[in-house]
Amino acid sequence: MVAAAQAGEDALLIASTGAGKTLAGFLASIADLVTHPRDGLHTLYISPLKALTVDIQRNLVQPLEEMGLDLRVETRTGDTPSNRKQRQRVRPPHFLLTTPESLSLLLSHEDSPMLFAGLHSVIIDEVHAFASGKRGDLLSLCLARLQGLAPGLRRVALSATVGEPDRYRRWLSRDGDGRDVRLVQGDPGAPPDIAILTPLGRVPWGGHSGRYAAAQVYDEIRKHRLTLVFCNTRSLAELILQDLWAVNEDNLPIGIHHGSLAVEVRRKAESAIAEGRLRALVCTASLDLGVDWGDVDLVIQMGAPKGASRLVQRIGRANHRLDESSKALVVPGNRFEYLEARAALDAIDEGQLDHELWRPGALDVLAQHIMAVACAAPFEPDAQFAETRRAAPYADLPRSEFDGLIDYIANGGYALSRYDRYQRLRRLPDGRWTVSHPRFIQQHRLNAGIIVEAPMLDVRFQNRRSLGRVEEYFASTLSVGDTFRFSGLALEVLGIREMDLIVRATTKSARIPAYMGARLALTTDLADRVRGFLHDRDQWPRFPPDVAEWLDVQSLRSALPAPEQLLVETFPHEGLHYMVAYSFEGWNAHQSLGMLVTKRMETEGLQPVGFVANDYAIGVYGLKPITDPARLFSPDILESELVEWVRSSHLLKRAFREVAVIGGLVERQHPGKRKSGKQVTFSTDLIYDVLQKYEPDHLLLRAAWEDARTRLVDVARLGDLLQRAGATMLHQVLDRVSPLAVPLMVMIGREQVAQRGSEDELLAEEASLIALAMRVDDPPQSA
Amino acid sequence: MVPYLFDRHEFHLCAEGALYWPARRALLIADLHLEKASFFARFGQHLPPYDSLATLDALTRLVERTGAQAIWCLGDSFHDAGGGTRLSGAAFDALQSLSARTDWLWITGNHDVDGSFPVGRVMREADVDGVLLRHEASPHETRPEISGHFHPKWTVRRRGVRVSRRCFVRGGNKLILPAFGALTGGLDAGHEAVRAALGRDEDAAALIPTHDQILHFPLGEIPQRRRA
Repeated sequence: MVAAAQAGEDALLIASTGAGKTLAGFLASIADLVTHPRDGLHTLYISPLKALTVDIQRNLVQPLEEMGLDLRVETRTGDTPSNRKQRQRVRPPHFLLTTPESLSLLLSHEDSPMLFAGLHSVIIDEVHAFASGKRGDLLSLCLARLQGLAPGLRRVALSATVGEPDRYRRWLSRDGDGRDVRLVQGDPGAPPDIAILTPLGRVPWGGHSGRYAAAQVYDEIRKHRLTLVFCNTRSLAELILQDLWAVNEDNLPIGIHHGSLAVEVRRKAESAIAEGRLRALVCTASLDLGVDWGDVDLVIQMGAPKGASRLVQRIGRANHRLDESSKALVVPGNRFEYLEARAALDAIDEGQLDHELWRPGALDVLAQHIMAVACAAPFEPDAQFAETRRAAPYADLPRSEFDGLIDYIANGGYALSRYDRYQRLRRLPDGRWTVSHPRFIQQHRLNAGIIVEAPMLDVRFQNRRSLGRVEEYFASTLSVGDTFRFSGLALEVLGIREMDLIVRATTKSARIPAYMGARLALTTDLADRVRGFLHDRDQWPRFPPDVAEWLDVQSLRSALPAPEQLLVETFPHEGLHYMVAYSFEGWNAHQSLGMLVTKRMETEGLQPVGFVANDYAIGVYGLKPITDPARLFSPDILESELVEWVRSSHLLKRAFREVAVIGGLVERQHPGKRKSGKQVTFSTDLIYDVLQKYEPDHLLLRAAWEDARTRLVDVARLGDLLQRAGATMLHQVLDRVSPLAVPLMVMIGREQVAQRGSEDELLAEEASLIALAMRVDDPPQSA
Repeated sequence: MVPYLFDRHEFHLCAEGALYWPARRALLIADLHLEKASFFARFGQHLPPYDSLATLDALTRLVERTGAQAIWCLGDSFHDAGGGTRLSGAAFDALQSLSARTDWLWITGNHDVDGSFPVGRVMREADVDGVLLRHEASPHETRPEISGHFHPKWTVRRRGVRVSRRCFVRGGNKLILPAFGALTGGLDAGHEAVRAALGRDEDAAALIPTHDQILHFPLGEIPQRRRA
């Protein structure tokens, strides 16, 4: 690190959590200020989390004071009061700790060139958590801008262990190449001590929660000082907490922490941990990043980890001393999950971590950035284009796309150029672009940001006390009288009032919420390893006997596919005809595939009834036998059914809403503003419909389409699967269900049948139900 | 289009959100909010400049399907006072061609300013065969009345799917039309403001026409007036 700093090189430092890497990032800056004391902004620290900037400030101020250094360290986030923000621009601290969004806003001020002219270093923390997403796009554009303002600026990024360091080097680099970024590997420390927990000596056939192991998990909590129990979904975290309390004979303090809980509730859990008042915390990905709270000595992963990198990062939360192993337990939910957990452990042993999905920089983000640039000062398009291409995600951006984007910012970018009179940007005689009215600058600052939340409802008691927030989508699946678990309580729904879900505590048992939210899908790397296990009998002795037997009987009754093969089984079961395909493409892709295959079954007259999917396989069932599965997996499904389905589904509208907000087409809806008697807002769904009809090639529609394809439907994986399906399909016709199919079959009935009627049918169903209930028959005639 | 009896007159409720009166060969529509996009464009929100065209295209198709000879717009036809002068290009042509074929009447609403209409006749309200046409329902009106203004919509949650549709609202002597404009949002039909306009009728219902039937959704209990 120090060598890289002395050479003035950009650097990517990869180390497990707890190796003091954040402070290492600051060392060079501190050393420079000791030898060359000066005023002015010296170093920018950028973190994906507001909370982390506060934490780092605390950790930095103390040693600086102990060293007797008079260096000012301040944070700047959305929470910073505006008078302090203003003062920071006039009299900047030496170290400013901020987020990508706040940095972008800083760059939109006209005095930003002065503020950043002397900038020495920028330190990016937890870069693995966001570089490949839209926030990474924004930060990359900001870095290109900063480099222009301060050519000597040195870039340093800190990352947890990642699968492809070179991709991160490229992202960090000044030219999108990456060879000039020095890779510094931290001391890996003692290898982690990870075990798979199989409490009953056997692994269940179905399920994916690991709930069956609650008693054993509780025993482990009792044996350790502080245990983090990671769950893959929020609803699962609620259930696990319930299970743990059910066996909590010693009344151990066990808390919960997830992203839907109200901030105060989360802060309470965090401070309880920091003060050593908890023995265990049940949590979700909300605790994956950053702030170190306590002396965690055990991490338990409920259900399969879904990716080796994620498991490593979670394990890194335990034991921050390098010389001791971090201790972790994985509790697989079913047999496939056992194989997945085993695969993750092997991958970690071999240092083979997951590959991220990298895609070209998003256009809506670029639109927001260029507007920020224009807010600071008029820009020259050629220079701005060159600067944009120096940001790695935009290295291949064609000039035509860039010009189209400026057109979009200026007047909406419509083929029908009706808005020339209302331009947001106008061209100066010298060719530069400038913001045409100061109010557009105000507007930009109010609306900038990359995180667009799904509409959320507050969960409240009748006395208005808030428990947290749930997605509107989840709330819409609840009816009055339904019970669900939230914030460790069983709650009964009393009603939805505007943006509040009104509840009361209940003693009735809570039904499992059907809410799945955005699930973490199994990574391709782990999927490949699991496939390998199936085929390689030499591995089987490593598995518990029942898992080995399961595979053995499968090979007798049906077949085990070679790694490149797609095994498809068809069999009758309880009056229905089933087809199960073991495609290992992850839950998201399988969910999409289920919709598409059942659609195609309908057109082929196979009378589908429903489908079920997990990370490993997809099963469809219907009234007629499927004799030719290859017809259902043909790649033309991608051109016909997929396009139609994505267009008509909410996925694309949801993606459009996000790009419309990020790209500045519509104003962000600020929380607290509510609809009143007269409708004043407009819905992006309506805008989408009009635009789709009259200008389907519009830039924002293309951006939404890209988002929906990559993030929401995992189309790339789906495409790969369908491309190779024809050539590699191994079709087994069976007389009854196979062992491998069981984990999937037991899910049927537990999941909603995703086959959906048309909107009209749903409406009619509701109406006829009411009519039936409300019909008053004539009173019976007395004889 | 499904027949629907209102004050002894037969109407057809169209799924697109229009009301057809066969005896008068008239299409009734409300809240077109033409040129809404260009209104917002002035404030830097460049919404697609196709909303007027989309609205008038839909209207043209309805006229062709029903053979309507009159078009009666129940107010808020343009989003703002200057909307009539901004209408241009294909949308302007569509309005010209429609108004040449039909008897066009603008009933004025709160967004309208008299005299800003490029074609047609303008009235504050109209009495047709004993049915009163106006923009906003009057709670004290005792005669049969057809109006717009509220942009009612109805939302159903079923099997984990949320379906939201523009709807008609019927209560007592009143029928309220949904908004017809392509970019006009909606207000829940059960909202306090709608209930008040219906004179707090207990049997009020949202009506959604599909291609072959009219779905009835009772608005249910009248909500307690909550303190602001």
